[in-house]
Amino acid sequence: MRYLRYAKLTAIVWLTSFTSSAFAQKVDTVKVHPLKEVSVLGDSIVREIIPVQTLSGKALKNLSAFSVADAIRYFSGVQIKDYGGIGGLKTVNVRSLGSQHVGFFYDGVQLGNAQNGVVDLGRFSMDNMMAISLYNGQKSAIFQSAKDFASASSIYLVSRTPEFLGSKRSNMMVSMKAGSFDVVNPSILWEQKLNDKLSSSFNAEYMNTSGKYKFREAKIGGYDTTEVRQNGDVYTLRLEGGLFGKVKDGEWKAKAYFYNSERGYPGASVKGVPGQFTNQDRQWDSNFFLQSSFKKKYSDLYSLQLKAKYAYDYLHYLSDPRLDVSTMYINNKFKQQEAYLSAANLFVILPFWTVNASTDFSWNSLDADLFGFVYPVRYSVFGALATSFDFNRLKIQGSLLGTFVHESTRIPSAAAGNKQKITPSLIASYQPFDTPDFSFRAFYKSSFRLPTFNDLYYTYIGNIYLKPEFSRQYNLGASYLHEFKHEKLKRFGLQVDAYFNQIDNKIIAAPGRGQYRWSMINRGYVEIRGVDVKLQSDWQVSSDVMINARAVYTYQKAQDFTDRASPYYGAQLDYIPWNSASLILNPSYKSWNLNYSFIYTGERYEAAAQIPENYADRWYTHDLGISKTFFYKKKEVRFTAEVNNLLNQQYDVVQNYPMPGTNFKFILHVIL
Amino acid sequence: MNQTLPTMKTYMKLSLKPSLLLLACILGFSACRKTETPIIEPTVTPVAPSEKGPVKGFFLLNEANMGSNKASLDYYDAESGKYFKNIFPSRNPNVVKELGDVGNDIKIYGNKLYAVINVSNLVMVMDVNTAKQIGVISIPNCRYITFDKGNAYVSSYAGPVKIDLNARLGYIAKIDTASLAVKDTCVVGYQPEEMVIRDNKLYVANSGGYRIPNYDNTVSVVDLNTFKETKKITVGINLHHMKLDSDQNIYISSRGDYKTIPSNLYVLNSADKITNVLNIAASNMTISGDSLYVYSTEWSHITNSNTITYAIVNTKTKAIVSRSFIKDGTDKKITLPYGIAVHPETKDIFVTDARDYVTPGRLYCFTPDGIKKWDVETGDIPAHLVFTRKRLSGI
Repeated sequence: MRYLRYAKLTAIVWLTSFTSSAFAQKVDTVKVHPLKEVSVLGDSIVREIIPVQTLSGKALKNLSAFSVADAIRYFSGVQIKDYGGIGGLKTVNVRSLGSQHVGFFYDGVQLGNAQNGVVDLGRFSMDNMMAISLYNGQKSAIFQSAKDFASASSIYLVSRTPEFLGSKRSNMMVSMKAGSFDVVNPSILWEQKLNDKLSSSFNAEYMNTSGKYKFREAKIGGYDTTEVRQNGDVYTLRLEGGLFGKVKDGEWKAKAYFYNSERGYPGASVKGVPGQFTNQDRQWDSNFFLQSSFKKKYSDLYSLQLKAKYAYDYLHYLSDPRLDVSTMYINNKFKQQEAYLSAANLFVILPFWTVNASTDFSWNSLDADLFGFVYPVRYSVFGALATSFDFNRLKIQGSLLGTFVHESTRIPSAAAGNKQKITPSLIASYQPFDTPDFSFRAFYKSSFRLPTFNDLYYTYIGNIYLKPEFSRQYNLGASYLHEFKHEKLKRFGLQVDAYFNQIDNKIIAAPGRGQYRWSMINRGYVEIRGVDVKLQSDWQVSSDVMINARAVYTYQKAQDFTDRASPYYGAQLDYIPWNSASLILNPSYKSWNLNYSFIYTGERYEAAAQIPENYADRWYTHDLGISKTFFYKKKEVRFTAEVNNLLNQQYDVVQNYPMPGTNFKFILHVIL
Repeated sequence: MNQTLPTMKTYMKLSLKPSLLLLACILGFSACRKTETPIIEPTVTPVAPSEKGPVKGFFLLNEANMGSNKASLDYYDAESGKYFKNIFPSRNPNVVKELGDVGNDIKIYGNKLYAVINVSNLVMVMDVNTAKQIGVISIPNCRYITFDKGNAYVSSYAGPVKIDLNARLGYIAKIDTASLAVKDTCVVGYQPEEMVIRDNKLYVANSGGYRIPNYDNTVSVVDLNTFKETKKITVGINLHHMKLDSDQNIYISSRGDYKTIPSNLYVLNSADKITNVLNIAASNMTISGDSLYVYSTEWSHITNSNTITYAIVNTKTKAIVSRSFIKDGTDKKITLPYGIAVHPETKDIFVTDARDYVTPGRLYCFTPDGIKKWDVETGDIPAHLVFTRKRLSGI
């Protein structure tokens, strides 16, 4: 019985770290705007009618974030589950809907993971990232593929597109990061303008870290122990190559991406005999994808967008009793493949009325050397119909997404049944006054997430009768964004959103089928009530001094209302804090730049029962970075020094996975 | 030049104040949180009227989920009729990381209380009078413990690693209970579980649980004089519990293969022969007098639900004399029975409910006739109970 629980927990912990499939590289905006360097909220000219948060350009560059996961922490309404260290799994949950309800898009194409439904954000380095945006509901630009409508919340990662200033025909940059945890992280970027219509880019990054850091646990009037996190070493190599082309009234892109890594898994920090039987598990990943996209405006009335991708992901997990005698032998290899095609058509019917019709097709397969594995294959067709009305002060968007899924397995009659669902959404924004600065907004969206391959087919635990998890979101908010023309305060924005979400048929692992059998079942109903507040301001204090400031606050009450008879009916969900906040202050003076950021996560409970044993104390960290840009032999050089977790707070995001205390990073970036 | 640098006053005027104020609040407020957390105190619940007798109470070991480090020890005090949940941290403030991860077995021998903590790879040895740690015995992947003539015997999954990593035998460790030192080891079958000592021989159930679907189906017999395995007896697959009755019969439970081969219960007589196959599913059991109390959880594909049976087997006749020893309907409240024990004096029956593994469990006390006397909240996954004849100090 123990080994089944062990197997399940092992499966969940390390299979959730299986990285994404392929993603197309495409700048995902309808309107082409140059991203403003100063902007913290993305492009201020675009006033989105759906709650959106963006970190881009300078703000993103200055943030002391090692990976995308670190950057996303600064958004409101998000909950990052971080298993510690650079190599530890990091997943995102938006508005407590569940991490599998978040859609991740890399350059416009979804990072899928049919196996476990989550993307390990720790894998995505900030090196090549231009912008990270979080949309609650969906992006309110209707000209998008069907999959863009399919998630409860969406995060868009936009990578760098080559831009050549003046008569330059190539860009070449090298950077080197080093610091705590024995991190060594060089990278190189080379962009080449091949002709007026074609350019290419190549980006390579290597990272190696020992993952060692000290952490301390102490009790008032009791023990006080400091240990070192072991077996957290990580090596990664990332290679990306892209071709970018322009055609008349359009553009196309093609990208190849390769990621290879090996890492150790330190495991939960539980009591043990000091110095003995330390976790020696290891994981190897190889991910490759090829994606391309094409977009063209054929006339004032019609535009077309095409996407295609192929991805291959390989994961090998090893727990070797020759290295750690206490462990159970696990040696599993997983291979996932995905193929994806999408076509989106935008019709401008009237100047204020546009319609989008898009269809997507995807094929997913999983190959695992687990005992009794059925080798599932999933065929999905998505069709989306969206319409947008712009009545100047009133903007309305509606969309209908149809999803049709068919699965088959190598072993007959072992596949989950077909699924089809139609889910609508409605978005509106209203400008009550003459000024476009202030608007109200509201949206309703229903969406679902399919059971993952693990939920359905994992040997002994899977359940092919699982239904999808269904979500409904209701949001009401207001946004004020003003640009000042002749003041020191250049821009000020405030957004407040109140929301009510419901999750039905939540998929949970529960004992039930016999004494020792666990099973995935649909039994869960969750209600979430929350408020997100986002504040931002940009100052041009003098010709040399600029300050960007942004702050967010989230209040969330996420309750489990599954079982009326349970003593824990209405309990706050695991790990969801009632209060969380973040602050970023970014003053710059000539070629100097200072970045201070602060994150606060309020108290929470690690399980439904709100007893002292499950209590997780609030935690907060301060990060400080300073950088200077100068010229050396006509080359632009930027040097940055960061100190993170300045006051050495000892904390766990996930129980028994300690986070690092104070740590340092130094970055040298040279534009050749 | 008309441009002048703005003064501090101008900054304030431009409402930089809110941001600075916020910053000041944050810095001031960050002094509040300390790394040191308070030691968890026991939760005390009065559950029953005072009882006097040779049995002073019992310890309940809660397994808790792997990776949570929440294995915990509860204590029931008969004299005060109070239940104390989670007594270990307050009695052992200096023991790093408290009891540990996944408590698997608990027994008393002499003056010591032994708790086998599986994922922490150790046996926690405490003074039975105070529940304070005396020492730990380091044994990787330890499972169950039993005692004989001043020695403790602990079964472990972590036998020698040979060529086929999928076929890793387990072993029994022999420990001197005075020095707590491991004196010897004996390799047995695959993934050994519970043990029974009879006639100077140690019998251990080999589950073979890591080798799904090729479970082990033997009981290993170890001669305690030589501490070597002398033979293996073929019984049934995936063996787990072993209990000795007053006639020197050993009752052995099999968990089956969870698919086609059902759980079962076997009787091994003093001549090492299987005399009975009782054809009743057995998840956990305990013997008191001439009765074997056993509960079984069987999944039915027809009703798509569990059928839980609470049975009594007469150990003299080997007949199943009852299929529902809980008489007042309380069995319907128990979601996932996990532990079972019978009071040696009063014959009260104790059944624990692990519920959903991630919320606190419940302990139910029944009269010998199966009527509920009281129930109480326990730690996560209450599982193993041991009665004590020494009242815990400091109550």
